[in-house]
Amino acid sequence: MAPLIKIRDLHFNRGDKVIFNGVDIDIYRGKVTAIMGPSGTGKTTLLKLIGGQLKPDRGSVEIDGQNVHKLSHSKLYELRKRMGMLFQSGALLTDINVFENVAFPLREHTKLPESMIHDLVLMKLQAVGLRNARNMMPAELSGGMARRVALARAVTLDPMMIMYDEPFTGQDPISMGTLVNLIRRLNDAMGLTSIIVSHDVAETTQIADEIYLLSGGKVVEKGTPETLKTSGSDWVKQFLQGLPDGPVPFHYPGNDFGKDLLNSEEKR
Amino acid sequence: MIEVLRSLGRWGLDTFQRLGRGHIFLMQMLAGMPSLAFRFSLVVQQLFYVGVLSVLIILISGLFVGMVLGLQGYNTLVDFGAEESLGVLVSLSLVRELGPVVSALLFAGRAGSALTAEIGLMKSTEQLSGMEMMAVDPMRRIIAPRFLAGLISMPLLAAIFSAVGIFGAFLVGHGLLGVDDGAFWSQMQAKTDWYEDILNGVIKSIVFGFVVTWIALFEGYDATPTSEGVGRATTRTVVHSAFAILGLDFVLTALMFGDI
Repeated sequence: MAPLIKIRDLHFNRGDKVIFNGVDIDIYRGKVTAIMGPSGTGKTTLLKLIGGQLKPDRGSVEIDGQNVHKLSHSKLYELRKRMGMLFQSGALLTDINVFENVAFPLREHTKLPESMIHDLVLMKLQAVGLRNARNMMPAELSGGMARRVALARAVTLDPMMIMYDEPFTGQDPISMGTLVNLIRRLNDAMGLTSIIVSHDVAETTQIADEIYLLSGGKVVEKGTPETLKTSGSDWVKQFLQGLPDGPVPFHYPGNDFGKDLLNSEEKR
Repeated sequence: MIEVLRSLGRWGLDTFQRLGRGHIFLMQMLAGMPSLAFRFSLVVQQLFYVGVLSVLIILISGLFVGMVLGLQGYNTLVDFGAEESLGVLVSLSLVRELGPVVSALLFAGRAGSALTAEIGLMKSTEQLSGMEMMAVDPMRRIIAPRFLAGLISMPLLAAIFSAVGIFGAFLVGHGLLGVDDGAFWSQMQAKTDWYEDILNGVIKSIVFGFVVTWIALFEGYDATPTSEGVGRATTRTVVHSAFAILGLDFVLTALMFGDI
């Protein structure tokens, strides 16, 4: 089966800092694929590259056979109608209420009658359990609720794929459980392809079909959660078990501690 | 020495890059304008936020500026026995200069800073990014309507400013200082030219509206997406707008009235 998203030889720099240095990733239809790695490995950047918001320095991102970065402005926007994205902050429009936020893509891209928009929005809100919060403003929602509303909005146009940017960060256990459950259920019920970018090991390994571990601009390891758990690599072990020291040192690399203490220049 | 040259070079490069980005932004904004024809309601909504909400500050400032002009003008004119010319003095200074310039400065402070803060915060809360991913072009949906609203509002606000200013001067001149009302109005009508004075004033205010709204929107769009970044961008909007207004005012005045 051909993958829905094919990333080949991806290179991306930000200033002098190398973010990606030859990354290959395949994301298959109907699966939940997780991209994991420590903070600062460019996981969010990867989503922006897939969504065409950033351009790579080298390499390609193909979605459904189309090279994202070679599309014209209008073709790219056509493609984005078939993609959903859940931002870490939710990115809800703050001047309109929950109902209007979920209705926003429908109003922008379709000419559906008001009664149908009403029903569709209620169905999406029902799916995330927030039908009765439809008249609230984004500022009145808790972080978890905002993310669920954003999720409802992301699936309003029935996309083929959905990207989650750190969906579990800063959630209490209940909304965390709700989100984990929702992501898997929506993926299977709507026949989506999901990409989760996260560093929450426990939650992500629960629902992912395949995991890519990124570090230092490269894919360090890939496989199902089970194969990764039995991986022999010290780095994978350290990351999955959350050990404070190992191949990724506790101390930010630099001068020797003893040298720094004796450094008379800084003391002046 | 090398360090000074290096920072000077960096500053120069940054400035030119920003100028370049600003002009690309302007092109994208103008390219988004035609789509507004189908969704004029977006512009009407912004006309309210940008224009209508600025009316109060324009009314109050215009009234006081006019009253002060009336007082000062009378004191000078009365020495020559020309106090009947107060109407002309006030109308020409307001319509040609103070109306467009002062209302544009107020507009930059009231509406411009609000636009920058709004767009900057939308950027820092990923709302603009979110829109792009929903296949909604923020240039067309957010930026273009605000730009057109600013362009339409500015000449109207300047006109209101001038009208209220003239009324303020009349209140002081006729009501307080006893200038003949017939002379006040008739001299004003005789000496204020429709094309030479009023139209040139309107052109000025359209130019100021264009520049101020452009600066405000660009600063918001280009802001560093942090609270500090948005704060700085808002300050820059007001400062750069003020420079642009006063500088352009000189250029436009020289072009329009230079040969009189």
